[in-house]
Amino acid sequence: MSIGLRPPAPVLAGDVRADAARDAPGAPRSLWSDAWARLKRNRMAVAAGGFLLVMSTCAALAPWIPGLADPAAQDLAKGAATPSLAHPFGTDELGRDLLARVLHGGRISLLVGLVGTLVSLLIGVTWGAVAGYVGGRTDDLMMRVVDVLYALPYIFLVILLLVFFSKSLLMLFVALGLVQWLTMARIVRGQVLSLKNQTFVEAARALGAGDGAIVFRHIVPNTLGPVIVYTTLTVPAVILQEAFLSFLGLGVQPPNASWGTLVSDGAKLLALFPWLVTFPGLAMSLTLLAFNFLGDGLRDALDPHGRRDGGA
Amino acid sequence: MTTFVLRRVLLMVPTLLVIATLTFVLMRLAPGGPFMSEKDIPAKAKQELLSRYGLDRPLHVQYLAFLANAVKLEFGPSYKYPDRQVKEIIAQGFVVSAELGGWALLLALLVGVPVGTLAAIRQNRALDHVSMTLALAGVSVPSFVLAPVLVIGFSLTLLVLPAALWTGPESRVLPVLALCVSYVAYIARLTRAGMLEVLRQDYIRTARAKGLAERVVVAKHALKLGILPVVSYLGPAAARIIMGSIVIEQIFAIPGLGRYLVVGAVNRDYTLVMGVVLFYASFLLLLNLLVDLAYGWLDPRVELA
Repeated sequence: MSIGLRPPAPVLAGDVRADAARDAPGAPRSLWSDAWARLKRNRMAVAAGGFLLVMSTCAALAPWIPGLADPAAQDLAKGAATPSLAHPFGTDELGRDLLARVLHGGRISLLVGLVGTLVSLLIGVTWGAVAGYVGGRTDDLMMRVVDVLYALPYIFLVILLLVFFSKSLLMLFVALGLVQWLTMARIVRGQVLSLKNQTFVEAARALGAGDGAIVFRHIVPNTLGPVIVYTTLTVPAVILQEAFLSFLGLGVQPPNASWGTLVSDGAKLLALFPWLVTFPGLAMSLTLLAFNFLGDGLRDALDPHGRRDGGA
Repeated sequence: MTTFVLRRVLLMVPTLLVIATLTFVLMRLAPGGPFMSEKDIPAKAKQELLSRYGLDRPLHVQYLAFLANAVKLEFGPSYKYPDRQVKEIIAQGFVVSAELGGWALLLALLVGVPVGTLAAIRQNRALDHVSMTLALAGVSVPSFVLAPVLVIGFSLTLLVLPAALWTGPESRVLPVLALCVSYVAYIARLTRAGMLEVLRQDYIRTARAKGLAERVVVAKHALKLGILPVVSYLGPAAARIIMGSIVIEQIFAIPGLGRYLVVGAVNRDYTLVMGVVLFYASFLLLLNLLVDLAYGWLDPRVELA
């Protein structure tokens, strides 16, 4: 059943790189190769993608990088050393190598960002797709729920959740994922509403596909463009939220450390050892910036009509 | 119009009820209680404490009593500061938080909208690229990273501004600056996108064809519709500024509402947390209503129904 998996040809808006369509006259191009061509032309987005690749590889492989110090190894004699050849980012007040701490912190921050986003993706896409496809009263009810949840000052509930229950990583994933799925549900619902009456859905139904198959095999794949864009923008949002919670002492707990906890710890010793804030802060800001650049580039490439809101 | 406002106000009731219930349930499900730390108090005194705050009554009675009191804005005395009513704490904290957040939002609008407009007029030129790259950078630097950097620069190196507290006017500068930068950046981006959309429209061409000065076309005709995305962002922005001010108040030791919320949650100060959460929620709901009204006023095509 491949009917419907092929997305409709993108309509290019006047100022959105109409030249991309002119590159290969006559040659049929899928949405994806078209988008890829447009993305590659955006140098900032490519650079951002490269940076993220390097950063996430280094962070993921941090425990196995030869020569990188153990982030937990304390050496009070070398406490709070300024950056040097042996310790490029310096050491903290307990003599732990800051470069190692930043890379290991990145592991946690990126992991939280990705898993939190995945949670929001699963809930949001399912919720939005079902609401949009079923329509009618179910849609009304489901979207009313989203409206009410939107109005909740979520962060307070997350704070309460983390203060009153365990401050485990799992709780953090759940709490952050639960905050982020609402916009995703709205985006997917809007897409599904406009897709469900198209002929490829009719064709699938005529071939005997059930509702579940139509929604998840035929309609949802066609919403991928906006979903990918929004996902790219959700990851930095989740990383930021985690850092925010860690800053209040509610996020990642010692001995684990994320960028948020590193910045938070560093801020306490700001007057004495300013590099303890600047390096983790820089690593986090650059990563967030790269995600935002990539998300912007992807939006221009995949979703020429996309509205510029959400994220940040 | 009146029915719209009425409907929205009525819709706020279930939302607030959900918030109140969730907060109540969360706090009571959680292990531990407000008097856990005072281990050595005699059983009788503890019993008296519990009955004084009504904590010995059945849960559903407590819940109903809480709801009834919340309607009257009576949350009772704080557990942590027994001689102070939650009402007073909120009133005191809110004045400080509102000043911090208000300045940040005002500054964000006063800088963000002009920058975004200029970028849109000069689309794809140097000014546009530079300001939008800066804006994206601004969006990406969290306030709690920016705040320490500002403190290093202005308080510890240049020694021109205080590093903490909320005393004189110069103590406002760094917290407001740290809080507002990402909103300046975001509002600039939104304004640019909105203006680009509007500047292409027919009525703008008509205005130009009439021979109006470009300044008038942009400032009077285009801007009114172009800042619609910004207006609709004001609701979420206020919510985020409140969240951001929690951290900023922590960093600069500012006695605002956000600080009381965190302190209250950590100390299991039930009445204080409930009061602050409900207060913030109602405040945000009201703000969103105002934003929707402003939307209808700016764009007559929007039907408020």
